Amino acid sequence: MLEQLEGSKAMARTIALCRPQVICAYPITPQTHIVEGVGELVRDGTLENCEFINVESEFAALSVAIGASAAGARAYTATASQGLLFMAEAVYNAAGLGLPIVMTLGNRAIGAPINIWNDHSDAMALRESGWIQLFAETNQEAADLHIIAFRLAEELSVPTMVCVDGFILTHAMERIDIPDQKIVDAYLPPYEPVQVLDVEHPMSIGAMVGPDAFTEVRYLQYYKQQTSFRLIETLSQQFAKLFGRVAGGLLRSYHTEDAEFVVVAMGSINGTIKDVIDEMRAEDIAIGLVSLVTFRPFPVRALQEALAHARDVLVIDKALDPGMGGPLASNVAIAFRNMDDAPNLHSAICGLGGRPVTKASLSRLFRQAMVQPWEGPHFLDLNDRVIAREIHRRGKARRAGPAAENILKILEREKAEKARAREAAEGAS
Amino acid sequence: MFQIRIHGRGGQGVVTAAEMLSVAAFLEGKHAQAFPSFGSERMGAPVVAFCRIADKEIRLREPIQTPDVLIVQDATLFKSLDVLEGLQPGGHLLVNTNRSFADIHLDGAVARLPEGHAQTCPATDLARQHIGRPAPNTALLGALTAFTDVVKLASVMEAIARTFPGKVGEANIACAQAAHDLVRLRLAATETEHA
Repeated sequence: MLEQLEGSKAMARTIALCRPQVICAYPITPQTHIVEGVGELVRDGTLENCEFINVESEFAALSVAIGASAAGARAYTATASQGLLFMAEAVYNAAGLGLPIVMTLGNRAIGAPINIWNDHSDAMALRESGWIQLFAETNQEAADLHIIAFRLAEELSVPTMVCVDGFILTHAMERIDIPDQKIVDAYLPPYEPVQVLDVEHPMSIGAMVGPDAFTEVRYLQYYKQQTSFRLIETLSQQFAKLFGRVAGGLLRSYHTEDAEFVVVAMGSINGTIKDVIDEMRAEDIAIGLVSLVTFRPFPVRALQEALAHARDVLVIDKALDPGMGGPLASNVAIAFRNMDDAPNLHSAICGLGGRPVTKASLSRLFRQAMVQPWEGPHFLDLNDRVIAREIHRRGKARRAGPAAENILKILEREKAEKARAREAAEGAS
Repeated sequence: MFQIRIHGRGGQGVVTAAEMLSVAAFLEGKHAQAFPSFGSERMGAPVVAFCRIADKEIRLREPIQTPDVLIVQDATLFKSLDVLEGLQPGGHLLVNTNRSFADIHLDGAVARLPEGHAQTCPATDLARQHIGRPAPNTALLGALTAFTDVVKLASVMEAIARTFPGKVGEANIACAQAAHDLVRLRLAATETEHA
């Protein structure tokens, strides 16, 4: 039924429709409303046969999910930012053990400096942990991806992360269709584990594996992910057939047929990009978009096909690898490796720590990339003036102090100057 | 697409106001998107919330920089922020105050808007009277429906009822109605003057 709902609430209700049997999570902004939501649904009896376990940390949250999953339960948890890092060891364990846990990641920046707002640093930090990573474009998709994630995780026995832009999606209220339990049940059969810890049939999982077998264990993880592309597409098609709308899949193309210039991006920013593309298309500019839904496994072949006719590709990253640049751009570059006539690759970093990404800025960025492409990553809306002042200051004194606090001071000073100027102008008028 | 920006302080229900407005638009069959300015939540700190209303799917996720409607839940904000920034030349302004625009030094800004597009509403006073606490958000939504056609008063009332079930909702609905009537009465008086 169509309802006007906060993203987190819609996700909580959809997760409940997936009938998880064990939920454990530790609150962290901006994910908190999701676990609070499922917690309420367990307490009021809407979600039956489910144990909601309060834990003392994120490390415990995922560790409990691992135990529950190994015992044969459908297990769910959620986290964000430092919470994901705090459970990092368990994140690798869940993947190494092949336990199909589903986790929502309310994407948020990672400190220092501390920042509670959205970017993709958390998902990128653990992109090599062996989890499947799906990125939601809208709140409808954020909710829907959880249904697909449970099915995908369990068919492959690989844990799956649903990445949802913190605040931008989690705290936005919009029109969302919460499906019927019957349809969800038809799509998502009860969990049938490939391995179960059972006292009647004792065995151990996760024991020490030496050099004689470790490579093979890892290869099987690689093999499972590399052979999952068709399954990911099929599950998306089946979803569309049953639910009557599009969600999931590897990637989605928007106006790429005749586009020489194609943007690649992940998550909620795709909505704003589409609006910019519509405006530029109205000016007869041949621009298109590929929104990547599945980041892990990285869909190299699908991306090559989607970008086959592009001459220039601009990759938008909402994360930064300070020693390299945009992680998504680096991954897309790998997809072009050894390709004949590979398109030119341009990289832009934007929306770090919650900086709003506006249509105006994106439009300027795309137009600049078309007439005057750059080398290396371009930082969208970077305050060059502040950077220049701080770099200059750091060159003058050894004990230049903390960069973050210095930049804040410069901004405060500029703000005060502006306010004084405004007051003076008002006084004059 | 229609864009509304709401300014206020933590604890005044700014985010809830944007959400209720989006529910009211949803009830009228429109697409609506409400979202906060994502600050750390603190009582008294400046808060901004946004609401977009459209006839088709809303894909845009940027904060609202050029609102068609600006609602200001706390008039003291004008001193510390450029609250009016980006307000469309033909836009609407609604300020919670029991004083006049001249008294709060806004007559200059109001004069730049079309006649009747700027209104004051003593929302905090009305809220104290009807709800028993100084939460001006529902009164302002009621007042908004008196001089714009963003959404209908009935939809706002239904949105309030869905957000606050029971007695609290009823009090808030009465508050919205009172604010609506107040602005309507003032508009009628101005029209008579002109006639």
